[in-house]
Amino acid sequence: VIGLVLPSIHYLAILPISILFVAALVLLVASALIRGALSRTLTTAFTLAASLAAAAAGIWQWSYVAGHGATTTIAHAIVLDGFAVVSSAVVALSLALATLVAHDWSKREHVAGAEYHVLSLAAAAGAILMCQANDLVVIFLGLEILSIGLYVLVAFDRQRATSAEAALKYFLLGGFASAIFIYGAALVYGATGSTNLTSMSYFLGSNTLLRPGLLFAGGGLLMVGFAFKVAVVPFHLWSPDVYQGAPTPVTGFMASIVKVGAFVAFLRVLVSALGTQMDTWRPILFVLIAASTLVGASLGLVQRNIKRMLAYSSINHAGFMLLGLYAGDARGSAATLFYLMTYAPIVVASFAVVTLVGGEGDEAHSITTYRGLARRQPWLGGALAVLLLSQLGAPLTTGFYAKFAVLAASVDAGGGALALIALLGAAIAASFYLRWVFALYADEGRDAPRVAVPPATGLVIVLGVMLTVLFGLWPGPLAALSQHATVLFTP
Amino acid sequence: VHSSLWLTVLVALPLVGAVVAGALRRREGAAYVAGVVTAGVELVLTAVVVVLYNSHVAGASTFDFASRHVLAAPFGLAWDVALDGISLLLVALTSIVLVLALVGARDRRREPAFVAWLLMLTSFTMGSFVAHDLLLFFIFFELTLVPSYFLIAQWGAREAGRAALKFFIYTFTGSAFLFVGALYLAFLHQHQAGGDLTFAYGALSATVMSRSSAVWLFGAFAVAFAVKSPIWPLHTWSPLTYAEAPTAGSIELSALLAKLGSYGLLRFAVGLLPLALTTMRPVLLTLAVIGIVYGSALACVTPDLKRLVAYSSLAQMGFITLGVVAGSKIAMVGAVLLMFNHGVITAGFFLLIGFVERRRGTATIADLTGLQGPAPVLAALFTVVMLASIGLPGLSGFVSEYLILIGTFATHAWWAVAATFGVVLAALYLLWVYQRVFHGRAAGENAQIADATTSERWVMVPVVVLVVVLGVFPKPVLDRISPSVQQLISHVAPAGVSK
Repeated sequence: VIGLVLPSIHYLAILPISILFVAALVLLVASALIRGALSRTLTTAFTLAASLAAAAAGIWQWSYVAGHGATTTIAHAIVLDGFAVVSSAVVALSLALATLVAHDWSKREHVAGAEYHVLSLAAAAGAILMCQANDLVVIFLGLEILSIGLYVLVAFDRQRATSAEAALKYFLLGGFASAIFIYGAALVYGATGSTNLTSMSYFLGSNTLLRPGLLFAGGGLLMVGFAFKVAVVPFHLWSPDVYQGAPTPVTGFMASIVKVGAFVAFLRVLVSALGTQMDTWRPILFVLIAASTLVGASLGLVQRNIKRMLAYSSINHAGFMLLGLYAGDARGSAATLFYLMTYAPIVVASFAVVTLVGGEGDEAHSITTYRGLARRQPWLGGALAVLLLSQLGAPLTTGFYAKFAVLAASVDAGGGALALIALLGAAIAASFYLRWVFALYADEGRDAPRVAVPPATGLVIVLGVMLTVLFGLWPGPLAALSQHATVLFTP
Repeated sequence: VHSSLWLTVLVALPLVGAVVAGALRRREGAAYVAGVVTAGVELVLTAVVVVLYNSHVAGASTFDFASRHVLAAPFGLAWDVALDGISLLLVALTSIVLVLALVGARDRRREPAFVAWLLMLTSFTMGSFVAHDLLLFFIFFELTLVPSYFLIAQWGAREAGRAALKFFIYTFTGSAFLFVGALYLAFLHQHQAGGDLTFAYGALSATVMSRSSAVWLFGAFAVAFAVKSPIWPLHTWSPLTYAEAPTAGSIELSALLAKLGSYGLLRFAVGLLPLALTTMRPVLLTLAVIGIVYGSALACVTPDLKRLVAYSSLAQMGFITLGVVAGSKIAMVGAVLLMFNHGVITAGFFLLIGFVERRRGTATIADLTGLQGPAPVLAALFTVVMLASIGLPGLSGFVSEYLILIGTFATHAWWAVAATFGVVLAALYLLWVYQRVFHGRAAGENAQIADATTSERWVMVPVVVLVVVLGVFPKPVLDRISPSVQQLISHVAPAGVSK
């Protein structure tokens, strides 16, 4: 008789995921049972409360991890370590910020109903699952939950054909990427006998593979899958179209949480599970990083549409985030985590400004709409200028220290040449950020209509700017947190 | 040791002034008053620091006002400031140039943003000169780009947007090399000494390294500083940028920001990586000499007054580079002095060109003739600045160039001989342009221009005074530079190359 033995569950470890999932279900059921559309303020408040509760659960988790060290649960498939706690909190907070932006957007675009919030809660839960996954199958699960939520969110603007087109493109290419990923997982399972990251690492550490072809093929496919999700060159082709076509608040949400979830999982796979194969995957990363930073920056130069420009900018950023993985050590992991922590609020706030300027119909995204914005509205324009300078990596903003951290990790790990290539990419990227900043301060368009700044979105922009400037002046606490989180890495 | 608070205030004060000027948007002209007051207080504070400075603090190797506070240990970030004779002179230059730029830009006095950016730029430049830590220097070095970008792009001439972008990208790319080099050096030090990551100047200068890594690092540092200086062949951004920038922008760029390059080369490339010098010296000497001859030659044929000063600056920066790397104490003292003198002289040039431009709306040489007739005082002022730049004995340019040339001749005679042609060429292009612009018969609009106004004359007074006083009696300044240069050169060449 085969008895089904249920694995033990450590509920604290899955508390943030549970909060978000339950919130999504409650909202879904409520919207189905209650006659008429739910009040917009109510659904927003509910989502906000859920995301803040998930982030607050991180404090509880952190104190547990600090006391007990990193632990795994549910048959070692879910990990609770400092890295997971911090990155989950980043996802939850990004969700909170994005929800506020979406609130004002849905009011402007007359989008009613709770579906948006249900999907964003579920997608964020998927991202957190990726942050905590210690098994290729769980990573895949998180990836799919995240992606399917996003496919629908991208298509949310039913009035615009580009939104549907972007969703279809994202869906098809994302589906391919998932298939490639799961195929890679199967091959790696064949080579190592396990899908569990810890077991894989143990197996590869204590055995020498005489014929590593299967492992290399599987590992390569896994890398391709991740490269698709985080949009690094040459797997980036979907991202400009999707960034442009998706409703702008969704773009900001997607840009932040996909990066966090996918990068943390990517890091666990490469550094924890396949750390012994570093000499094999490093050259591949070298090519990906060089291509992303240079191509992302160069193609960004010729864009006239702000959302496409930000898509290429995020490709450039993804190259920088990979630098921490390239280092493949504690310093590198901490650096990538620091990058994610600082990048997420900046990108949500940047897209918040773009959402406002886009105006009703979400169509005004040409760089010409921004001409003279900072002269008409010094606070809004100035905030965008600060956010852009932070993305550029100017000192006194968190963007500088984020680049500093990953470059330092890469130089320390012997990647000086790569660091230089990445920095040259940053120099090219600087010119399109600056062109935008210059447009903001251009002396024209004085009588263009003012951009209305509703309170919720205004709050997001203020928070984004405050975070980047405050921690840009005083990066110590964030850096210490990211280092601390890395010390409490997987068992 | 004097309190480092003095230096912190020197850096913070213009920043506060910038915030105040930015906040006074509603009151017409109030921002400008705030700017001038800030500049005045800054100048007084600088004078106090110059008087207080003591080059014999025990164990601090001619550094005074030193202190170090770690801000973020994981990044090795620290507030670490100190001042020696070399930076002292450049701090003084920064304060003087701020006053000149502000007063020279009186026609922008109704624009608070302009005043705010100018003060911010001064704060960051001040920070780079007092930074005693490679990372802190780098941060300020990079930060100077933001205000200068806005100053050029918003208030420059027709092509200013393009010029500002070119300037930004060029410098930003150059500093990429500096950044990677700095990280590499810091990790090299950390792996040797253990402990936290640090970029402290004293710690890094004790790093043991092979000659080849020193050469690579020196190369990386030199690229960044060569762009900023500019040193041939990385100078191509400068003529366009100098010509398109507004007067105050050109003054800040050529008088101050260029010095960040040569100062960085002296302090961080030569000072931290002396091992590389034997390999890199011939390269840099040759580039410097090419810069001198090439810059002077182009200055002879350029059609625009601002570009002329840009090319002449290229030549002068060549002299400074020559003095920095020649490996002789005399030449290095001359180079430091020339950084100051060239700052004052180009500030004077750009002010005068600004005056002409304000009257005639152009700085094209062909459009100007016979200005001496209607504007004799303007012509006289131009003559003084020009003669100082040519290196007429009795004016400041002579002392510094003379020191550089005899110092270099003692160690690298042939390069000195080639560089001397630059002095001859300088006389040629400056006298020739004077002839074309001021001599001859003025006709049309040229005959109508007004002579220098009282306020314009007053602006030029400090320039003329500094040019004459430092030409006749440079000893107090030399006395302040010499111990620090001695210290640096004995670190660079322990056996004593200095002849």
